[in-house]
Amino acid sequence: MPIRVGIPRALLYYYYFPLWKEFLERLGAEVVVSDRTTKGILTSGVEHCVDEACLPIKLAFGHVKNLVDKGVDVIFLPRIVSVAQREYICPKFLGFPDMVKQNIPGLPRVLDTTINVRKKQQDIHLFTREVGALFNHGAIKSRLAYLLSMPTHFQYISLLEQGYLPEEAMGILKGKKIKENPVATDLKVAVIGHPYNIYDPFISMNLINRLRKFGAEVITADNLTEQMVNEGVKRLPKKLFWTMSRRMTGGALNLHDRNAVDGIIHVAAFACGPDSMTGELIERYIRRDGKVPFMNINLDEHTGEAGVVTRLEAFLDMLRWRKKAV
Amino acid sequence: MKVTFPHMGYMYVSLKGMLEYLGIDVVVPPACSKKTLTLGVKHSPEFACLPLKLNIGNFIEAKELGADTIMMAGGCGPCRFGYYAYVENEILKDLKVDYNLVVMEPPEKHIGELLGRIRKITGNRPWLQIIKALRFGFLKAKAVDEVEVLSFQIRPRELVRGSTDRALQKAINLIDEAKTTTELTIALERAKELMRVVPAERERPALRVALIGEIYTLLEPYANVNIERHLGQLGVEVDRSMMLSQWVNDHLFMGLVRNIPSSDRFKKVAAPYLNHFVGGHGLETVGSAVWYARQGYDGAIQVLPFTCMPEIVAQSILPKVSAEVDMPIMTLIMDEHSGEAGLITRLEAFIDLLKRKKEQKEALTS
Ligand code: SF4
Ligand code: SF4
Repeated sequence: MPIRVGIPRALLYYYYFPLWKEFLERLGAEVVVSDRTTKGILTSGVEHCVDEACLPIKLAFGHVKNLVDKGVDVIFLPRIVSVAQREYICPKFLGFPDMVKQNIPGLPRVLDTTINVRKKQQDIHLFTREVGALFNHGAIKSRLAYLLSMPTHFQYISLLEQGYLPEEAMGILKGKKIKENPVATDLKVAVIGHPYNIYDPFISMNLINRLRKFGAEVITADNLTEQMVNEGVKRLPKKLFWTMSRRMTGGALNLHDRNAVDGIIHVAAFACGPDSMTGELIERYIRRDGKVPFMNINLDEHTGEAGVVTRLEAFLDMLRWRKKAV
Repeated sequence: MKVTFPHMGYMYVSLKGMLEYLGIDVVVPPACSKKTLTLGVKHSPEFACLPLKLNIGNFIEAKELGADTIMMAGGCGPCRFGYYAYVENEILKDLKVDYNLVVMEPPEKHIGELLGRIRKITGNRPWLQIIKALRFGFLKAKAVDEVEVLSFQIRPRELVRGSTDRALQKAINLIDEAKTTTELTIALERAKELMRVVPAERERPALRVALIGEIYTLLEPYANVNIERHLGQLGVEVDRSMMLSQWVNDHLFMGLVRNIPSSDRFKKVAAPYLNHFVGGHGLETVGSAVWYARQGYDGAIQVLPFTCMPEIVAQSILPKVSAEVDMPIMTLIMDEHSGEAGLITRLEAFIDLLKRKKEQKEALTS
């Protein structure tokens, strides 16, 4: 019987799932993903997590709980310290495995090996070795499994850069055909936010699909190349040390500078630390120039869907009206 | 050039001492007040942490007093503080509150970067003098800490309510006024004497409670709604996990100064509850809870600003620590709505709990 390894459909799932899945399968695991977010999953997350945590962490708790209920043998919760040189993810990612272990009862074994390439990219082999050990593979074989999985990761990233969103890109990797958006689009809108906020239809109140239905083409920071992102953040007085926030900020500013979009929607999570800083920077830079309309949406457990829909419609109307006026 | 900096408790005594030692003009912002907070809240992002909001208020108020240069510390993440200065600068820019910003970033490549930034404040003054000034600032921080620690012990035992606070304020002012190292030595002696003569019942036993958590809310009384004073007046002796001189020694002097407790004592005992640093002082907070429990403290109170990331990690782990080390821990989250009345009620309830627990223990062991 292969070891059943559960991966929560939360946090960095949206960047690394194809890579992690293949890597684990090459090591001989059977990979199980938690269900799509539902009210129930969020509620169970909220129950197990401190009130003050941000929405995405609460949701991730819910997904871990979902995996516990599915009876997986191992939960894959790497401690993601850094995925890029001289950068971090948010402090909460650093402590997440411990937060989970001290709060969710009945956990199976947790794989909380550290991923930290802050100093150098090659440090990833520390991670592959430790994960491989769980499956009784030596360092070299584990490393090889990882290297052999990299092409999938690159393919996935290149699909994102071609304009597909994570869900679609993962579909294509599995050989699925992607349906064209049946609605004709006359606007292009950037949606800027943490991947686990904007790509989770439940948490984002289906924001991206709604925009598409309203006739807007959606682009996110993940559809841009690393180079474009870095163009965007060039003007900052100091390097942004959060990988995802750097991508979001750079993406927004690059799209803005190139006049590549008709409007920018920033999606922030309730009580998110980095969002409170970069959201503020993005908004101030964009408003000062005054050439691309900007809207901010705050997500929390209680955000009313109706209110957001009304605001979205009004925003798109305004973009259309502006387009006609010039 | 008129240099200002954000408030954090009595940090101004040390910074002002250091800068004035070099003959640099200093504008100390008015002490944090309702007005500071209102200004800050109005112009800061809603989910920014409380220190950022108060910083903004400090800068606006200092501008009114003629300051033109901000001196601040930097950082390289992962907590927000490392980007504070730049977000604050953008906010001030839009408000047309003009400042020169000098951020003391930890050097990325070589020490020369930091020295260059120091030069922006100190001009061409000789390095030897700058080093002496740093030392002078540090001695002031140590002096302030010494009298503060005395106040922790005296306040719960004072005979006249408020007398400790009055003496403490006088003592701090004496230290603040000292201009040279010799004057400082004398001032510290007199300051300690002022504390010593506060009428108090020295031998009276008191509950001991540790204050742990995020450094700004620990050090800035306005941000923690005077928690030390309230605990003291409720008859509790406090200890604070973080003192200014300790922080300076740990972070700026790489622990070079001996005889100063280091936060390493906390980090060492954080595992198995928290196994990795999480930015800010999250790891120290978890460790300090363990450490104080082992020292026999009756309870601990974690203070943190609303949305503080490292402390939220710690907060979610502390209940488990509390259960295992058998010491009650309360968490107080500070934001612009924190009020004194609410705080006192919660403190009273917590202290009742500690008292009952202590009585039970004593009944069992006697
Ligand atoms: S980046 Fe924001 S949303 Fe993500 S874990 Fe950190 S605080 Fe939460
Ligand atoms: S430690 Fe907490 S309060 Fe301080 S800057 Fe970081 S997030 Fe804000």
